[in-house]
Amino acid sequence: MSHPPLLSAQDVACERSEHTLFQGLGFELGAGEALLVRGGNGRGKTSLLRILCGLSQPASGTVHWRGAPLARVHEQYGREMAYVGHVNGIKDDLTPLENLRLAADLGGRALDEDAAVAALEGLGLGRCLDLPARVLSFGQRRRVALAGLVMAGALLWILDEPLTGLDVHGVALVEGLIRDHVLAGGMAILTTHQPLSLDGLTPKSVSVGD
Amino acid sequence: MNLYRYASPATFYPLAGRLVPWFALLAAAFTAAGLYISFFVAPTDFQQGEGYRIIFIHVPAAWMSMFIYIVMAFWSAIGLAWNTRLSFVMARALAPTGAMFTFLALWTGALWGKPMWGAWWVWDARLTSELILLFLYVGYMALQAAIDDPRRADRAGALLNLVGVINVPIIYFSVKWWNTLHQGASVSLTRAPSMAQTMLWGMLVMAIAAWMYTIAVALARARTLILERERQTEWARAVIKEEA
Amino acid sequence: MLRFLTAVIRRDILLAARRRGDWLTAQFFFVMVTSLFPLGIGPEPAMLRTIGPGVVWVAALLACLLSLGRLYADDHRDGSLEQLLLAPYSNALLALGKAIAHWIINGIPLLLIAPVLGIQFGLPADALAVLVLSLAIGTPVLSLLGGIGAALTLGLRGGGVLITLLILPLYVPVLIFGAGAVDGTLAGTGAEAHLSLLGAVLVMAVLVAPWISALALRVSVE
Repeated sequence: MSHPPLLSAQDVACERSEHTLFQGLGFELGAGEALLVRGGNGRGKTSLLRILCGLSQPASGTVHWRGAPLARVHEQYGREMAYVGHVNGIKDDLTPLENLRLAADLGGRALDEDAAVAALEGLGLGRCLDLPARVLSFGQRRRVALAGLVMAGALLWILDEPLTGLDVHGVALVEGLIRDHVLAGGMAILTTHQPLSLDGLTPKSVSVGD
Repeated sequence: MNLYRYASPATFYPLAGRLVPWFALLAAAFTAAGLYISFFVAPTDFQQGEGYRIIFIHVPAAWMSMFIYIVMAFWSAIGLAWNTRLSFVMARALAPTGAMFTFLALWTGALWGKPMWGAWWVWDARLTSELILLFLYVGYMALQAAIDDPRRADRAGALLNLVGVINVPIIYFSVKWWNTLHQGASVSLTRAPSMAQTMLWGMLVMAIAAWMYTIAVALARARTLILERERQTEWARAVIKEEA
Repeated sequence: MLRFLTAVIRRDILLAARRRGDWLTAQFFFVMVTSLFPLGIGPEPAMLRTIGPGVVWVAALLACLLSLGRLYADDHRDGSLEQLLLAPYSNALLALGKAIAHWIINGIPLLLIAPVLGIQFGLPADALAVLVLSLAIGTPVLSLLGGIGAALTLGLRGGGVLITLLILPLYVPVLIFGAGAVDGTLAGTGAEAHLSLLGAVLVMAVLVAPWISALALRVSVE
């Protein structure tokens, strides 16, 4: 497999309040590959993911998507990348289905309602379809966000601690989602503190701040 | 290329340190000369008596209050465009001095207004604009004080500064417009009926003194800000050890 | 592009509709502040007519600021602001959409309430019409400029008070032209000049404010 790398980072450094979290970080990621970001608490895993999304600027270094710097391809990258951060980014006053509809609207996509219901049911939310997200548990809201990820149909997934707050069953479901996505030619970048098992798939890995 | 060298904090810090005493000295000399002209050389105004002499402070202070805001906006724009940290530091170092001159202009305006208009405060277009300018300075400093991350504080302050500078002419125009509608033309502090040559000289010398003072104070403040931000770096540690 | 703009506006209106309590606070604030002035000053009709336009306008500024604190804050807290910023459209478009939504949710109700408050201050019919018209042109400017303040103060301690400090000085021209238009009608000198100046301010705000808000959002989210 010698695909040209779609996402590449060169010599990326990140500073927070005057001290350097990491520097000289680089990697390349092509279709069908996953990247695991390793590092202890406060070492800059989240900061790196936010730089890779284009939410923050690196203190130095560059990140390219399909050969162009992120800032230059904001709109294209927005269509091809989906991000689930520490906070879920779902609205508490809306039901899971409404949340997915909103996300599709904002992404300029038409939402296939049946597929959305299927995605929510697939993540074990079948009984919560009509409840506002406010009354769902933390893990259930995490699942709504992950259903949104599935519906976004993006090529690259950037996931910050996707397994946090999920029960054993949920962890297995999400691991399955990631594996299927990557094996089908997708890309994923994630951080996790939990052991991750992606059968038949060995993710690349980078470490921050060691 | 040379300019870039001075944009580096490590080079700027000692350079600024050498410049500060010179500007301070010049400020003292010009202030002495200016005050001498204002009190002993300039003639007594036949309409306004001795009280008018406050314009030697008031007018340069009012000029400085506007100039400094524009200079800050200049540094802010450069900082945002080229991501040079020193520019943000300069903008930030200038703000308190600008606010001080704005306050001084208001204060002396009130002192002058009492004998001239018979009231400490008149809603004169210039005074009102100065007051709003003071609010703009306060807003800028409050925003920077509220943000802990210096990188964010720099950029947020710079954006606010730019919005402010776009607004200053609009505010000035609107206040002037409002003023002419609501009251007749008032005696203006800066349009003294017979501006003698010596008066103009006095104001100019005082304005130069204010510039020198501003540069000295801003450089000194910039040095402190730089040292605070770069305290992790080797050169800053060396400097701190040396000066301690 | 237009689709994203309407999606942002529809989203905010939907969310406001689910939280009607929050939304009503600013409107009641507007009514209460204006009603306090006669109590503080006295019910003398000529006096009330003179201060009426200014009082209604100042109260409108404050009511607007009250609701601006939440323009981006809720979305920032639950992470949806990040998703909005990453959407495949320009961030300036997002800022414009948010400002328009804020105006529809908070500005238009002010226009509807204002005539009633004007009557309390004894304003004649033509002055009432100009009051509504001036608010109609002026309140979008308040939402647009306020968006910059909301973006700059995102997630800061005491952000609510800070935004007032940053934004009120910028509101001065709107206040002067807006209240001036009504004063002009009362004084018989006409309101056209004021209203066209207000219109010019609106055009400038539409052209400039969304870009600066977008930059401010990027700075604050980083």
